[in-house]
Amino acid sequence: MEQYEPDRLSAAQVAAMRRSFTNGRAALTRRSLLRASAGGALAAGGIGTLSACGIPAAGQSKGGVPAEDHSAKEKTVNFSNWTEYMDVDDSGKHHPTLDQFAKRTGIKVKYTEDINDNNEFFGKIKPQLAAGQDTGRDLIVLTDWLAARLIRLGWAQKLDPSNLPHAYANLSAQFRSPDWDPGRAYSYVWQGISTVIAYNKKALDGVEVKSISDLLDNPKLKGRVGFLSEMRDSIGMTLLDMGKDPADFTADDYDAAIARLQKAVDKGQIRRFTGNDYTSDLTSGDFAACVAWAGDVVQLKADSPDIDFLIPDSGYVTSTDNLLIPNKARHKTNAERLIDFYYEPKAAAELAAYINYVCPVDGVKAELEKIDKDAANNPLIIPDKAMAAKSHAFRSLSSKEETEFEAKFAKLTGA
Amino acid sequence: MSTLTEAPPPLAPQAPEPKRPKRRGRLTPYWLLLPGIVWLLVFFALPMIYQASTSVQTGSLEAGYKVTWHFATYWDALSAYWPQFVRSVLYAGTATILCLLLGYPLAYLIAFRAGRWKNLIMILVIAPFFTSFLIRTLAWKTILADGGPVVGALNTLHVLDVTNWLGMTAGDRVLATPLAVVCGLTYNFLPFMILPLYTSLERIDGRLHEAAGDLYARPWTTFRKVTFPLSMPGVVSGTLLTFIPAAGDYVNADLLGSTDTRMVGNVIQTQFLRVLDYPTAAALSFILMAAILLMVTFYIRRSGTEDLV
Repeated sequence: MEQYEPDRLSAAQVAAMRRSFTNGRAALTRRSLLRASAGGALAAGGIGTLSACGIPAAGQSKGGVPAEDHSAKEKTVNFSNWTEYMDVDDSGKHHPTLDQFAKRTGIKVKYTEDINDNNEFFGKIKPQLAAGQDTGRDLIVLTDWLAARLIRLGWAQKLDPSNLPHAYANLSAQFRSPDWDPGRAYSYVWQGISTVIAYNKKALDGVEVKSISDLLDNPKLKGRVGFLSEMRDSIGMTLLDMGKDPADFTADDYDAAIARLQKAVDKGQIRRFTGNDYTSDLTSGDFAACVAWAGDVVQLKADSPDIDFLIPDSGYVTSTDNLLIPNKARHKTNAERLIDFYYEPKAAAELAAYINYVCPVDGVKAELEKIDKDAANNPLIIPDKAMAAKSHAFRSLSSKEETEFEAKFAKLTGA
Repeated sequence: MSTLTEAPPPLAPQAPEPKRPKRRGRLTPYWLLLPGIVWLLVFFALPMIYQASTSVQTGSLEAGYKVTWHFATYWDALSAYWPQFVRSVLYAGTATILCLLLGYPLAYLIAFRAGRWKNLIMILVIAPFFTSFLIRTLAWKTILADGGPVVGALNTLHVLDVTNWLGMTAGDRVLATPLAVVCGLTYNFLPFMILPLYTSLERIDGRLHEAAGDLYARPWTTFRKVTFPLSMPGVVSGTLLTFIPAAGDYVNADLLGSTDTRMVGNVIQTQFLRVLDYPTAAALSFILMAAILLMVTFYIRRSGTEDLV
C-alpha cells in the first residue's frame, strides 16, 4: 500500500508532479489564468470606454519586423525557455552548456524559465507583439503549432543562414521541412516530442494493449484510460489508428476522429483528458493506459518498473518545440549563434543526456555514447530507422481551422 | 465636528491661502483613499470595462476584434454552456453546505471549548494554506486513488452504492466523478468558512449562555435562540466566502473531475486560452458574475444581516 503515501513518491513522480504544477505543456495554474486575464485586460484596458476599445488585427508584415541589432555592442542574449528543459549541474545553479557558450563566444545568456504553457505564454507576449513592441526576449521556445501561428502572424524574424552553419548541416532530415516553415527559414528545433501509449503493467493486469483502438474499445479498461488535453496529440493518434495521416487529413476525417473519441467518452471508457498530470494517474494505477509524452515516460520508467510504453503499429505523432526570434528582438545575431551552438553534436549530446527528449541533431549518437550509453541507444531520444519511419507530424492548420477544431475538441473534453 | 461645518466644501476650487492647514487636514481622508481608488480603477474598473467591451465584439485573431454590439454572444454562450453553469452552482452550493456542516462545530469548539489549545487548532486550520493550492488538490488524487484504502473502505461499507444512486459517483471509484470535485471544493474552501464563523462566535459574550441557562433554556434551545442567531454574520460571510470562489473554481474540476464534471470556470479558461474565443469567454464571465451577484443579493436580503463584515 506504500504507493498511496504522498511522502513515499519516487523522485521521478515528484519531478513530474512539480512539472505538472508549474510547467505542464497543457498544465494550468490558478495563477496563470489570473495573470493572463488580468494582465491582458490591463494591457489593453487602459484604452478607455466600452465602444472605443477593440482588439487590433494581429497580423503584421510577413517576414517579421527586425529591430536594430545590438549584438555587437551588447554581448548578451535573453533566452526564454520552459522549466526543466536545460541541463543543470549538481548545484542546480549553473547550466553547463550555457556556460560553455558564454566562455567561447563572450556572450552572456540571460536564461529565464518563464514559459509554462503555450496558450498562456501566447497570451503574455501577444499584446507586445501585436503592438509592434520588443518583448524583451531574443529567443523563445514554442511548440510547433504556436510557432506556426507566430510565423503566420508575421511575429517571428527570418533567420540569417550565414550565422547557422551547424544548424543547417546537422538538423535531422525528419525535422527539415515542416509545412509551416519550409526549409526552416524562421525556426529551428529545440527538442522533438514523441506521443506514445504509456501503460502501467500492474494496473493492466494482463490485459493486452497494442493500439489506440484497444484503449477506446476494450471494456476491461473502462474508466481507466487517459487522453491528452493537447488536441493535436489526442486527435493525431486517433487519426493514425483510423488509418488516416495526421499530416494530410480533411475536416471530415477530423470530425470522424472526434466522433470516435466522443463515443468512448460517452460510454465512460475515457476517464479524463489531462495535461502533464497524467503522470500521477499512471503511477498510481488510476490510468491503466494512456496517451503520453515519451520524455516523461523515460523518466517514469527509470523509477518505476511497472511503467512502460509502446509505439502502436499505426504509428505515432511527433511534435517539436522550436527556437524562434520574436520581432524587435535586440540581439538577433547573438540568438542565432546560440541556436547554432546547440546544433554542435557535443553540446546537443550534453543536453540530450540530461533532458530525455528527441534530439534533433544528426551525429549526436557518438557524443552521447561517451556520456550515457543507455541514452544513446534509447530510440525515444535518438530515433532509429524503424522508429523514424513510424513518426508522423500533425499538419499545420489555418487560423479558421484552428479555431474550429479547438472548439470541437473543447466540446469533446467537456467545455 | 464643528470645524467641519465651518469650513468650505472639500472640493471647492478656490484655495484661500490662510486656510491652508485646515484644508489639508480635510483632504487627508481623500489622500488616504487615493491608493485604494487608483487600485480599484486600474485593477477592477478598467478590466471590467475591457471585458464588457470584449463580450460584445466580433472578429478573429487575424482580422482583429471590433465592437459590433453583438449581444447574441451572451445568448449563444448561455444556451451552449448552461449545463456547466447549473453544475457550478450545484457543486459550489453542495460544497458550501458541507463546509458549513463541518466548519460550524469546529468553529464552535475553537471558540468555546478549546481553552489553551485555541491557538494551536487555529494554526492547524490555516496550515494547509502554507502549501500551494495545486499541491493540496493533487494530494486528493493520491488519497482517493482507485485502489487506495479510502475507496476500498467506501466500497466495503457500500457508501459508494448510495452515492452511485445519487448520481455523485459512477461504478466503484471516486476520482473523476462529481463526488471528488465536491470533496475537493469542500476541502479547499473549508478555512474560508471556519475563520469568519470563529470570529463571530468568539465575540459572543459567554454570560449570555449563563443567562439563557438561568432562564431554564436547555443547551439546544440556547444554541437555537442565542448562539446561532448571534453567529449569523459569520454564517453569511462564511457561506459567501466559500460559495463565490467555489462557483468560479476550475482547478478542482480539472484535476479531480472528468469530462462530465466541467464547471463554468473550465469553459471560460478553455475559451479564453485555447479556442481564443475572447467574446464568448468574456460573456461567460459576465453571466457568471451577474448570476452570483443576483444570488448573493437575494441571499443577504433573506438572511437579513446588516452587519456583514
